Amino acid sequence: MSRSTRLTLTAGVLGLITAVAACTPGSDTSAPPPQATASTVQTDAAKLGEVSLLVWDQEVRGGQAAQMEELNKAFQAKYPNIKIKRVSRSFDDLKTTLRLALSGNEPPDVVEANNGRSDMGEFVKANQLVPLDPYAAAYGWDKRYPASVRQYSSYSADGKTFGEGNLYGLPQVGEVVGIYYSKKKLAAAGVQPPASWADFEASLATLKAKGERPLVLGNLEKWPAIHVFGTVQGRTTAADSIKQLAFGRKGASWKTAENVKAAQTLTDWVGKGYFNEGFNGQDYDPAWQGFSKGKGSYLIAGTWLQADLQKAMGDDVGFMVPPGESADAKPLATGGTGLPFAITAKSKHPEAAAAYINFITSQDAMGVLAKTGNLPVADTAAQQVTPGLQQDVFTAFGKTVEADGMVPYLDYATPTMYDTIGAALQDLLAGKATPEQFVDRLEKDYGAFVAKNG
Amino acid sequence: MRSSRRTGSPPGEPRRIAYLYLLPGFAVYAAFLLYPLLRAVQLSFYDWDGLTLGRWIGFDNYREIISDEGLRSAFGHALILMVFFAVVPVCVGLLLASILNRAKVRGLPFFRTVVFLPQVVAMVVVAVAWRRIYAPDGSLNDLLGALGLDSLQRGWLGDYTLALPAVGFVGTWFETGLVTVLLLAGMGRISGDLYEAARLDGAGPVREFFAVTLPSVRGEIAVASTLTVIAALRTFDLVYVTTGGGPGNSTSVPSYEVYHRAFELGRVGSAAAIGVTLTVVILAISLLINRIGDRDTAS
Repeated sequence: MSRSTRLTLTAGVLGLITAVAACTPGSDTSAPPPQATASTVQTDAAKLGEVSLLVWDQEVRGGQAAQMEELNKAFQAKYPNIKIKRVSRSFDDLKTTLRLALSGNEPPDVVEANNGRSDMGEFVKANQLVPLDPYAAAYGWDKRYPASVRQYSSYSADGKTFGEGNLYGLPQVGEVVGIYYSKKKLAAAGVQPPASWADFEASLATLKAKGERPLVLGNLEKWPAIHVFGTVQGRTTAADSIKQLAFGRKGASWKTAENVKAAQTLTDWVGKGYFNEGFNGQDYDPAWQGFSKGKGSYLIAGTWLQADLQKAMGDDVGFMVPPGESADAKPLATGGTGLPFAITAKSKHPEAAAAYINFITSQDAMGVLAKTGNLPVADTAAQQVTPGLQQDVFTAFGKTVEADGMVPYLDYATPTMYDTIGAALQDLLAGKATPEQFVDRLEKDYGAFVAKNG
Repeated sequence: MRSSRRTGSPPGEPRRIAYLYLLPGFAVYAAFLLYPLLRAVQLSFYDWDGLTLGRWIGFDNYREIISDEGLRSAFGHALILMVFFAVVPVCVGLLLASILNRAKVRGLPFFRTVVFLPQVVAMVVVAVAWRRIYAPDGSLNDLLGALGLDSLQRGWLGDYTLALPAVGFVGTWFETGLVTVLLLAGMGRISGDLYEAARLDGAGPVREFFAVTLPSVRGEIAVASTLTVIAALRTFDLVYVTTGGGPGNSTSVPSYEVYHRAFELGRVGSAAAIGVTLTVVILAISLLINRIGDRDTAS
């Protein structure tokens, strides 16, 4: 290579580097979006003119897909001037592509964004979502949705405080983690469906003694154990401190006797052989499918399995909110809402987007949701459903929301908590960590976050 | 050929014009490889969440790779996977290829196809299949049960000591075919005279292997090792689908951490730093392997 070409090359490469380095990543960040005011919001979608809306959702499975298609069709029939362009992808695909899509110049108008800090919280911080409060006032969402539901899509304007502040999204469905049980298995062992937590633990021992497998768990994915731990923690720890921990707010601690006791309970259950062998290497789906085929008596899982379990087990399966100290104790369960629908800051038609969100979360929509086998987040008790498991699930959710007994998923707490608690629980259940080490590890994550976040 | 060759310069077009021919290719290479690479290097010096304004933090992301125990062990896991992806397949491949080559088996193309088959299937599909095989009620445990080895049954991917080897074994199964076929091609080129000479000198099959076969396929071994080592270091799909880095963090690998940090934690800068480090490590190891391969063939 001659001297001059070498020089040209070097200059070229240097030029390229400077060109790249000239723009700091994220320097095209958007300013806070202009706010609508409640009085000027046009709530009659027919008067909004010819508009097209791009909607990204994750309603791809059975009943979820069915309700979305039905509601979209009804919306199009009612408001032919608004054209819905729907993009539907699985939860994981949506989660990984949404971040890039939102930072682009032409993001979708309506997106289903995961509630947690690492998704919705970050988007709020980056001014990519519109606060929905003016629309909530105009459409009366604040009256239709109980506060315990709205908290899951509320953030302060700087995205730092989760669970209060502005409303950034509206969900369609709710979910609560409870206990599924096989009626036949319990009857065969001479056990009544437990009315208190002590009854439940006693029944585990009875079932084990009769040679049954009391609890089914598939924890290869790491998150399923979060629901089991949350359920146990709800018996040992007060709702307020769980909320503080799970929303990642200042002032709580993992290192309490109550949390250690919850972890100890799980360790004991493993020691007594209440779980299936090799649960850390077992897939979630085959695990609950095993439960439906009679390979266990109890399954601690969320209401999202209701339709599948009902189909597989028929009358044999029941569902309950995790029982409290006594039969009439206030219900307390891990739960939340489905992914909320939010409006992007760069959307050119926020009013049409709000009209669409209002339509798919209206009272009629709740009826459609119930009919297609989903658990509507509002008006739950008012729905006509088939007796049996679906009735159990609707009652459980309605009862929990009504009593304000819903506590958030523990992995909401910090952007890294999903990993931390997932791995920590696998370690705890495998006996690789003691309950004390377990809470220390969680405290480290939580503590570091609240210290930084304020 | 034109006779206008000037003295002291190579044949063909003058240099300057020759570079022009390279330009279209270079433009594509620069746009889709050099630019992203430089951009990644740049990002690795920032603390950036992918959304808001980034903050220049110098070498902090790189310091974290060294100081963070989780990240260090991720790189350690990748090195262990190298054994399963590269060392074992090359050994097994050598054995298989020399047997296939020597025995002149009937239906050689058939066996070659069978051995190569895993390469044809997408890694994700392979991973899903093996995940079922390793499940607590999967076929591996069924097999052990049928053999009366009940004590060995376990949830393979949930076992702290065995999850990484279990994942690695999938790599062995996957890469052996490629290595075998490569080596078989190399062995096919060896002149029969060499074997005849060795036999006349009284060499047995083992001696023949070490004296004739092995030295002749050094080039192929270098190529096979490079390919498989790179595959080992950048494994992502296999880990993502089978274990997601679990149980605990005992199977996490650098590529998985890149994905995880960039898309799940929103720590794009740190992810870029891991990616850049991984690139440098891969580059260094493949250079080393090629050095060794070249020197051997030259001697």
